[in-house]
Order: sequence, then structure tokens, then C-alpha cells
Amino acid sequence: MMDRIAALGRTGLDVIASLGRACQFLAGVVGGVPKPSVGFPLLVKQLYAVGVLSLAIVVVSGLFIGMVLGLQGYTILSDFGSEAAIGQMIALTLVRELAPVVAALLFAGRAGSALTAEIGLMKATEQLSSMEMMGVDPLRRVIAPRLWAGFISLPILAMIFAVVGVWGGMLVGVEWLGVYEGSYWGNMQASVDFVDDVLNGLIKSVVFGFVCAWIAVYQGYDCVPTSAGISSATTKTVVYSSLAVLGLDFVLTAVMFGNF
Amino acid sequence: MASSAYISLNDVVFSRSGRRIFDGVSLDIPKGRITAIMGPSGTGKTTLLRLIGGQLRPDSGQVVVAGREVPKLKRKELYLLREKMGMLFQSGALFTDLSVYENVAFPLRVHTRLPEDMIRDIVLMKLEAVGLRGARKLMPSELSGGMTRRVALARSIALDPELIMYDEPFAGQDPIAMGVLVKLIRDLNSSMGLTSVLVSHDVPESLSICHYACIIADGKVIGEGTPDELRAHPSERVQQFLKGQPDGPVPFHYPNNDAASDFGIRGGGA
Repeated sequence: MMDRIAALGRTGLDVIASLGRACQFLAGVVGGVPKPSVGFPLLVKQLYAVGVLSLAIVVVSGLFIGMVLGLQGYTILSDFGSEAAIGQMIALTLVRELAPVVAALLFAGRAGSALTAEIGLMKATEQLSSMEMMGVDPLRRVIAPRLWAGFISLPILAMIFAVVGVWGGMLVGVEWLGVYEGSYWGNMQASVDFVDDVLNGLIKSVVFGFVCAWIAVYQGYDCVPTSAGISSATTKTVVYSSLAVLGLDFVLTAVMFGNF
Repeated sequence: MASSAYISLNDVVFSRSGRRIFDGVSLDIPKGRITAIMGPSGTGKTTLLRLIGGQLRPDSGQVVVAGREVPKLKRKELYLLREKMGMLFQSGALFTDLSVYENVAFPLRVHTRLPEDMIRDIVLMKLEAVGLRGARKLMPSELSGGMTRRVALARSIALDPELIMYDEPFAGQDPIAMGVLVKLIRDLNSSMGLTSVLVSHDVPESLSICHYACIIADGKVIGEGTPDELRAHPSERVQQFLKGQPDGPVPFHYPNNDAASDFGIRGGGA
């Protein structure tokens, strides 16, 4: 019994120590902004790697999720003779919830894991150490551009996801199932509020972008520099990011839409 | 020692994961000379280089480089001091997304505001010095192990440092590559007036080029001096290491139980 309590205590202390290291790491990265002449080209390169290369999976997923929403929405709403509200349902679902959350989960799986593996490998092959020994701070040179690229990319990807999803829903609802096109767009326009819905969804994706990028770069930087260590860090990135996104989504939704 | 000390370690104690790596190591590394630090695997030779470079901090004791106490330096001061240091890592540690040329140009681009044509001239000169001017367009993945280390060497001397540290430069090299590296280390040291610290357990190669050597074992310096002084050192431990004897003060067998009880002889069978 005492052993179990001791083990629990040790685990708790490890978690707190890890959180402390992650916060210290974040302060080092955020505080060490490189000069614009140096940092901007590095940021653009990472925006391409993290953001542009994630476009394909985000667009395809957005399209199919929009189409599924159209199909399910039509089936349910037509029971009540309300199929004209399908545009409203798809847009609100996507803008408020699915676009920020699913884009963040996809981002963690594609870009987050790649960031962790890349940084972990740089650590294992002593590239980060050699940078330090050359008088170059890897937090500024390697980590900061990747963190900011994730932070900037995810809100844009989430918006693209929502737009493509709405279009996918229209393909199914309007083009296939025959909902009147004017009702689809008109109901959407009348019910989606820019501040309450679009802006709140955007705020969610900004928070998710920051958290996912932070987890990804920290796991890479803090990993044990072996193949097993990198593999474990990559897994942790996906798991922790997914849990953080889902947990934070509940908190943010409660704050934004809870009407407390 | 004839030359004044460029690096001084005074009573350095360092532990990691509950294990004491150094237990009061004191060592002076002379300026403008090649100093070899040797010792069995796992004795903390690379750790010693990281202490000198400020990547690790000792639990106690002093690490002084060029008159500055490294563990007490602020981050900015430490990075400025590191601009005077070059380090050749065991793996080479080339940036895999940059070509050979860009790897060597990297420290110049980061730390200087030289025009591009001057950077080009310096990079080609450094690559010429290591015999790889013709390989400047290759990527690190296209290089052999020996070539990787030569490119890494060119990169580490790009800023004309005062100190260069070599971490196991000969490990895993074929005889030709090893000969090339031995020649390069000797020539660079004499032509650039560098202070060189060479960490290795390749005894003949290290002793053939160093001016001064020390052997570390069990967290302490067990022998130091010129190569000739070391060869004549009275310590059995030093002689076992230098001659590569399989048994001696460092036993062949890992500490274990009585063999008879392990094989179940006294107990009457397994």
C-alpha cells in the first residue's frame, strides 16, 4: 500500500516537474525572438512545412466531414420537414466546433508528430548541441520558428476546413438531395453571427494552434535522444495534443456558449 | 608544462543520474598545444568537453576557459565565448538539410556580416584545408563517415577559433581516413596556433600527435604528462590502458557472485 502511495507521489512530482520544464522552455522560446532579418525566412520555411503541407489532409477531411454532415443532417431534419435548415446546421457545427477541433487533431497527427520527430532527430544527431557550441541558441533558431508557424497555421487551416466543409455540405444537400439553394445559403447567412460563431471558433483554433505547437516542439526538445525515445515522444505529442484539444474545447465552449 | 594554461579545471565534481562522473578532477590544458584526454569508455571524456563548453555545469569546482569561469557566465557571455570555440562532434553533427557549402558557411552567416563573395572565399579555403573543396555541393547524406568529420572540422574552424575540441575523432574510421584526420589535426594546430583538446581512446593515434596527455578513470585523473612520460608512468592502471591489456587493475570479469554457486556445483545440481 505504502509503495503504491509512494509511486503515485513520484508520478505526481514527475508530472509537475515536466510541466515546470515545459513552461520554462516556453518562456525561453517566446522571450528569444530572433531578429526579423534572420527569423522571417526561417518562419516562412516552417509555415510551408507545417501549414502548406497540411493543406491536403485538411481540405480532404473538411470536404468529407461536410458531406457527411449534409447527409446526416438531411436525414434527421427531413423527419421534421425542416431540411431547409441544413445549411444553418452545417455552418454552425463546422464554425463553432468541428473545424477548430478536427483541424487541430489532424494538425497534431500530421504536423505535430513531424515537428517532434524532426527536433528529436536533430537532438539525437547532436545538431542542436553543435548549434549551441557554435554560439547559436537552438531555441531561437530551431524551436521559435516552428512554434510560431504552428500558432499561425492552425487558425488558417481551421478556416479553410470550415469553408470546404460548408461547400461539401452544399454538394450533398443541394446538388444531390435537392434542398433549395436559396434556403441553404439564406438560413446560413441569417443564423451565423460573426462575433458569436466565427470569431469564437477562430479564438478556439488560435488556442489549439498554440497548445499543439508547444506540445510538439517541447516533446521533441525534451525527448531521450534514441530511436525509442523519439518514437515515444512522437506518440506523446499526438496523445497529449488530442487530449488537450478536446479538454480545452469543452472549457472554451462552456465559457463562450454556456450563458452562465 | 611549458605553455600557460588556456583551460583550467580545479577540483571539479560532477554527478549525473545519481552517479558521480568526476570526483575532484583538476587539470590544466596548455595554450597552443594538442592535449589528449584518454580513458576507458564511459569515464566521462565527452562530459568533460561539455563542461568546458558550458553545456553542463559542475556540482562544484572551477572550469576556467581563457580566463573566464564558464559556469558563472551569463547566457549571452557564454554564447560569446563559444564563438572562440570549435567542436568536432563524434557524429559530425552536420545540419542534414544544408549542403556541405552551407554547413561551413553557417557560422559565418550567423556571426558575421561579411559579403557573400567573402563568405564564399572563406568557405572554399576551409574546405580546401580539409581536402573537400570539390565536395561543396554534396548533401551530408552523400558523404562517408570520414568526409563528414572533415566537413565538420572545416565548419568548426570557419570562425578561426582559439580552441578546438575533438570528440572521438578517430572512432569508426578506416586507416586512411584516420591518417587524414591525424594529419589535419596536427597541421591545423600548428598553422592556426590553436589550442586543441582531443578526447579519444585510440592510444597510438592520440599519443602520436599530442604534446600533452592525461588519462581519466573512476572520476579522477590517474596519469598525465607528455607522451613519453605517460609511457614510462609507474601506475599499473595507466600501463594496462596504454597497452590494452585485457586483465589487470581493471578486471576482465564484471563483479559477480562465486562461480561455483552460480553454476550450482555446491548445491548438487540446478
